[in-house]
Amino acid sequence: MEMMTFDTALPLIFMALMGVAMLVYVVSDGYDLGVGMLMHRATAEEKDVLVASIGPYWDANETWLVLGIGILLIAFPKANTIVSGELYLPITFMLVGLILRGVAFDFRVKAHDTHKTTWDRLFFIGSTLASVAQGWMLGRYISGFGTGWNYPLFAAAIALALPMAYVLMGATWLVMKTEGAIQEKAIGWAKTAWLPMVAGMVLISMATPWISQTVRERWFTLPALIALMAIPLLTGIALLAVRYLLGSKAVRGPLSWLPFVLLILVFLLGFLGLAYSIYPYVVIDQLTVWQAASSPAALKLILVGVCISVPAIVWYTAFSYRVFRGKTGELKYA
Amino acid sequence: MDAIVLARTQFAANITFHILFPTITVGLAWSLLFFRWRWLRGASRDPAGAQGWLDAYRFFTKVFAITFAMGVVSGITMSFQFGTNWPGFMEKVGDIAGPLLGYEVLTAFFLEAGFLGIMLFGHGRVSEKVHFLSTFLVAFGTTLSTFWILALNSWMQTPAGYEIVDGVFRARDWVAIVFNPSFPYRLTHMLLASTLTTAFLLAGLSAWQVLKGVGKRSAPRVLRYALTVAAIAIPIQIFVGDMHGLNTLEHQPQKVAAMEGVWDTESPAPLLLFAIPDLKERKNHFEVPIPYLGSLILTHSLHGEIKGMNAFRDRHPPPLPVFMAFRVMVGMGMLMLMTSWVALWAYRRAQWRPERLSRKILWLLAGMTFSGWIATVAGWWVTEIGRQPFIVYGLVRTSEVASAVPSTMILATLVLYLVLYAALIVAYVAVLKYMAEKPDAVIEDTRRDERGTPAGASMSPVLSTRGG
Repeated sequence: MEMMTFDTALPLIFMALMGVAMLVYVVSDGYDLGVGMLMHRATAEEKDVLVASIGPYWDANETWLVLGIGILLIAFPKANTIVSGELYLPITFMLVGLILRGVAFDFRVKAHDTHKTTWDRLFFIGSTLASVAQGWMLGRYISGFGTGWNYPLFAAAIALALPMAYVLMGATWLVMKTEGAIQEKAIGWAKTAWLPMVAGMVLISMATPWISQTVRERWFTLPALIALMAIPLLTGIALLAVRYLLGSKAVRGPLSWLPFVLLILVFLLGFLGLAYSIYPYVVIDQLTVWQAASSPAALKLILVGVCISVPAIVWYTAFSYRVFRGKTGELKYA
Repeated sequence: MDAIVLARTQFAANITFHILFPTITVGLAWSLLFFRWRWLRGASRDPAGAQGWLDAYRFFTKVFAITFAMGVVSGITMSFQFGTNWPGFMEKVGDIAGPLLGYEVLTAFFLEAGFLGIMLFGHGRVSEKVHFLSTFLVAFGTTLSTFWILALNSWMQTPAGYEIVDGVFRARDWVAIVFNPSFPYRLTHMLLASTLTTAFLLAGLSAWQVLKGVGKRSAPRVLRYALTVAAIAIPIQIFVGDMHGLNTLEHQPQKVAAMEGVWDTESPAPLLLFAIPDLKERKNHFEVPIPYLGSLILTHSLHGEIKGMNAFRDRHPPPLPVFMAFRVMVGMGMLMLMTSWVALWAYRRAQWRPERLSRKILWLLAGMTFSGWIATVAGWWVTEIGRQPFIVYGLVRTSEVASAVPSTMILATLVLYLVLYAALIVAYVAVLKYMAEKPDAVIEDTRRDERGTPAGASMSPVLSTRGG
């Protein structure tokens, strides 16, 4: 195999950057969308704790989406044309959902007390709408925007499963960030969300090779299959460990962070599996990263900015998580 | 309806909604820096006076925070709107627009998001110096973001520094691209618009507080600051606007023709105070002209020639919205000039004691709280609709880069956005009014945030006004 020049590597670098931005987005906004979807199960007092637990983060979490979609737009304009045309409606619904929840989040305590319930409801509705829309988009993307009865069904399944995964993320986030009665409640929510999430994941893993020939050929060839088995295996172990922990004593004590971290691992594994399935396409079976990429000159210029800014963003995010570490429950409004 | 008109309307609705909030945050961030500086400077010499500035800082920090959040959520929408509405744009000019947008996202994120947290909640956790620096960096970040976005927008108006290879634009000279002919004028015009929008917002909310008898320590100071800023900035803005107009006449004569409702090339050209330009009949109805004045203003000579739209046939914008929006902007500017000068003069005669100001003036200021929004949006409509039918002036037509999405789908989502945005603007204004009437609760709340105690659990600062 010939050596790759820097110019040919550039689109791959940007594909990786976009993937990482999207993964960080899904994980980080995933838990705060999940918390939003749990709002309607909480009492008025608990709602304030739920909101407080994600307060310092949600803004920054959503900026990863702008970074991810920004890279798609500026590094792979041709792919962006296809994706944004195919996903026009779900994108709109997701945006409406994100706007509603962002604004509701900020206004719920600023407004008259009588309006608070309405904002809380909008926070829940917005979170749900955005999550379902993202699930649908993911499903359509994985299946290469195929037409036929089975493709929308596949997307619909993910549209239900992804919110479930977010809810589980949100519940384990709360297990980590709260204590006492509300933590107990969050453990219950996590248990409830676990089974549908796992069922959804199993179904999707089985359906993906069936829906896409490319994926099928990638995975079910012999030497590769054995190495690749590590991904579903590790995922399974992590998910079982989450379920076990939720029933254990340790999760109420020193290991309260572990289910959340294990779920991040699950998302990471899913991401690796997805990356393996679609490489080197940016739109599966239609456009490779090289066909879709902007000119090397433009990419190099952007890469300089990325190299300066992304470490700074990472530093800031880490700093923020450190400043606001610990249990939200301790942070009473006083 | 025409899919392109719908896509343009939708994009306009989204970007109009978005620009409302950055217009405030850019100016407000610098104002907050000033309040903080006045407090720091006065703390030892004049503690009572300094307390007023601290109150002002704390109150308007909350206003800043919710405005910033509105800017964030509407900004997410913008990042998708480019792709959904004008997919061909990035395919054609991505080599130029991509890096500019990329740098806006990367640098604006880094500075604004990075230091907002410290600015809002870092007081007590970091030193006063670091806190002040953070406030400065947030202000600088918002301004930097304006720089990149206006560089891109100006390039689309007066493209330079490019070459076209096989129908695709390539960057040739980045200095020429960024500092294209209309950029310095547009950037200055926009930064002043932000300054004025913020000044009238500050003056309006303070006047409202005086009328309601609340915020006694901070409102008189903020009112004086805001009126002074407005009274100085508005004549500069009128001057810069005039220079921007001359620049437009040089580079985009058909935009000026539409702004002035000129169909046939005229010399001398009159100034039309009012008219209804009719694109179908290609003439104006109900003209109210002032002879010579059009030539005088636009060419600074009595007999200067103004090219008419008929000289450009299918290369000029729809005149009616451009003509009307231009008059709204100029009219609002004149109203702002008179209001700020009269109010500042009256306030000085009242020896800076707001309770001695006539209620009429206070009501006028309160009524003008959001006047900057109207002028800014009208101005953007002039320049953006005025660029049509091109997306990159003279080179790429909007119709070439539009998406293939069916028009019914664009219409449906447009209606959805419009309903949502109308509701959110009402909510935003209502929340500001509600906050202005209870400044003590808001200030107390910020004070708790600054100590870094629990309310600080919310970086987006809103959590905490339970008492308010």
